[in-house]
Amino acid sequence: MSATFVGMPAFPEAAREALADSQLRYNLAHATGTIRDKRAKVVAEVDDWEDLRVAGAAVKETALRDLERHLVRLEETLTANGATVHWARDAAEANAIVAAIAKDHAAEEVVKVKSMVTQEIGLNEALAEEGIAAWETDLAELIVQLGDDLPSHILVPAIHRNRAEIREIFMSKMAAAGRPAPDDLSDEPAVLAAAAREHLREKFLRAKVGVSGANFAVAESGTLVVVESEGNGRMCLTLPEVLVSVVGIEKVVSRWEELDPLLRLLPRSSTGERMNPYTSTWSGVTPGDGPQEVHVVLLDNGRTRALADEVGRQALRCIRCSACLNVCPVYERTGGHAYGSVYPGPIGAILNPLLKGVGHDDQVDSLPYASSLCGACFEVCPVRIDIPAVLVDQRAQVVDAHRNGVPKPEAAAMKGAAYVFGRSSRLAGLERLTGIGLGLARRVGIAAWTGARDLPDTPKESFRAWWRRTDGGRRKEHGDD
Amino acid sequence: MRVALMVTCINEALYPRTGQAVVRLLRRLGVEVDFPQAQTCCGQPMVNTGYLDEAVPAVRTFVEAFAGYDAVVSPSGSCTGSARHQHSIVARRSGDADLEAAVADLAPKVYELSEFLVDVLGVTDVGAYYPHRVTYHPTCHSLRMLGVGDRPRRLLESVRGLTLVDLPGADQCCGFGGTFAVKNADTSIAMGADKARHIKETGAEMVVAGDNSCLTHIGGVLSRQRSGVRPVHLAEILASTEATVDEAAEVDAGADAEGAAR
Ligand code: SF4
Repeated sequence: MSATFVGMPAFPEAAREALADSQLRYNLAHATGTIRDKRAKVVAEVDDWEDLRVAGAAVKETALRDLERHLVRLEETLTANGATVHWARDAAEANAIVAAIAKDHAAEEVVKVKSMVTQEIGLNEALAEEGIAAWETDLAELIVQLGDDLPSHILVPAIHRNRAEIREIFMSKMAAAGRPAPDDLSDEPAVLAAAAREHLREKFLRAKVGVSGANFAVAESGTLVVVESEGNGRMCLTLPEVLVSVVGIEKVVSRWEELDPLLRLLPRSSTGERMNPYTSTWSGVTPGDGPQEVHVVLLDNGRTRALADEVGRQALRCIRCSACLNVCPVYERTGGHAYGSVYPGPIGAILNPLLKGVGHDDQVDSLPYASSLCGACFEVCPVRIDIPAVLVDQRAQVVDAHRNGVPKPEAAAMKGAAYVFGRSSRLAGLERLTGIGLGLARRVGIAAWTGARDLPDTPKESFRAWWRRTDGGRRKEHGDD
Repeated sequence: MRVALMVTCINEALYPRTGQAVVRLLRRLGVEVDFPQAQTCCGQPMVNTGYLDEAVPAVRTFVEAFAGYDAVVSPSGSCTGSARHQHSIVARRSGDADLEAAVADLAPKVYELSEFLVDVLGVTDVGAYYPHRVTYHPTCHSLRMLGVGDRPRRLLESVRGLTLVDLPGADQCCGFGGTFAVKNADTSIAMGADKARHIKETGAEMVVAGDNSCLTHIGGVLSRQRSGVRPVHLAEILASTEATVDEAAEVDAGADAEGAAR
């Protein structure tokens, strides 16, 4: 796979390309609209939804507050269950661990459960460099992989593709990756799914090593949990002899019961289903059943940095349901690629700067601004992450990170505005205010406004001047006001 | 009750008619409203762009201008939200404990117009007359940051002569978002275009909202498309009576003539 997010342009530029693609915009508007409506319907069925959200947020929040203790406990229980626990500070360490395990078993290929975290660390590409082929087994993930494309949604990575495009990808690419697509392939969803099934089955039965992520990890019992819709994940988790699970350290919860609100919140928020079709849990090794060698890689990769951020740490509560993507008006128009990361949409806009830090990469620094702050994301987030508040805080961090450098025109304009707004005498009415507005507009680019929007006419008199002249309308005036 | 009008910087500079409408309306309802001359801007443009230090003077001026009033009324959901939710962040960052205390004291007294009318004055029928077909766009900040709910709708439904038509996709953001409108102009315009399309679908003569900043954006798109649909602030509808509609019609006709000449 050659497609990569590395070196993507900053959001406004990447968005411009996406906006110009009318097929993409149609696909996205249609898909997000459908999921959005489904979610709203099934959420409305739950009377205590708000209480559930509070409970879900609390579970994750408590776990994060005591993260170290829970992780140590998780390592103990997993080890006691026969799993081998590895710790990885960053992507390179995690990738090296997985590659070494595959090599130990002389595996030239691995099958994968759909996993955000292995995408985050670029595992497939890293394995490819070691001569190991990693096959995605999730249907949408397979479409993305075969199409040499990038995922554009957390849950529906091929959301930007329609079925005619998918048929095209299967016809031209499946053969090189294994079992070819049948000659009479149509673009019926069932037919496409059947072709993928045949293609994947061969791989499941052949592969010695399976790779997964986890939605949750329970510290007290040493249990990992994956929820999915297709069952392909379960095949990956049970068929290969060796299983490697890469798990972000924020996935841990303390006790088994705490899964209750989370497992109720997740399917309704993500796919608009009452219950997800498959929930798989595994705890180490069971002799004679399933993988006989289990490895768990606990990954940091910026998470402790995020944890140290007072406002932003709440982003680690995220259970990757993607509800915020589906309601986001910006995401709906630009799609996921514009965010330049495997984490797109509102959560991606805050998570990337948190994991990577701001002030050294224009692309990352552009993400907190990729929002109109409409608040729709916070409204749907099952674990109540106040994304708009984090976005504003991140913007402040971006600005602060650049305070000592050469000031941008925007910074100069803001400084000017700060001075004038500090005292009304400095404002002195309409001329001054309009001056600030125009100055600001010129500095950030008036053409950006007037490209497709007219400006209102400026009135002859400001409100303040009117109030003074007429004593707040008490003095009768001549002519219109 | 001592009531102050926070007119907002956009209204002061571009839409004095909105401020005047609030004054007329409240006076008609028996409320004397004061306009503290010391006010400038709520600081939101700076806060939302990440310039928190630069917002400190504005927040300081804000609390000084409005201290001592029982209620502060503003014809802007966004600026009300800024005072209620963002000033505390700015104050905390400034390290000035007195400022923090002043903000905490003042924030709960700041009301968006529809909240003030319905919750504080307890009225939904403000005695207005407005013989037009309008559609209502709930702005994001009034909808989600403040939770004004159906208050604006209830006020509009009580206006005599007015026909209120539902706006498809009403709760979708119009794409203004302050500096978002220029920093991400292409996305902003795409969102504005969809909003404009929905507004035109309703066949309304006007689109009404409680925030002139969003209306500047929406109106800017509608005007560029020569749609003929005009933006109007909620306050101006509520202030309108039989006596004022004729006068307004004359002004509007004048404005249209000017617009056409441009
Ligand atoms: S931020 Fe919230 S809504 Fe978005 S993916 Fe995460 S849990 Fe879901």
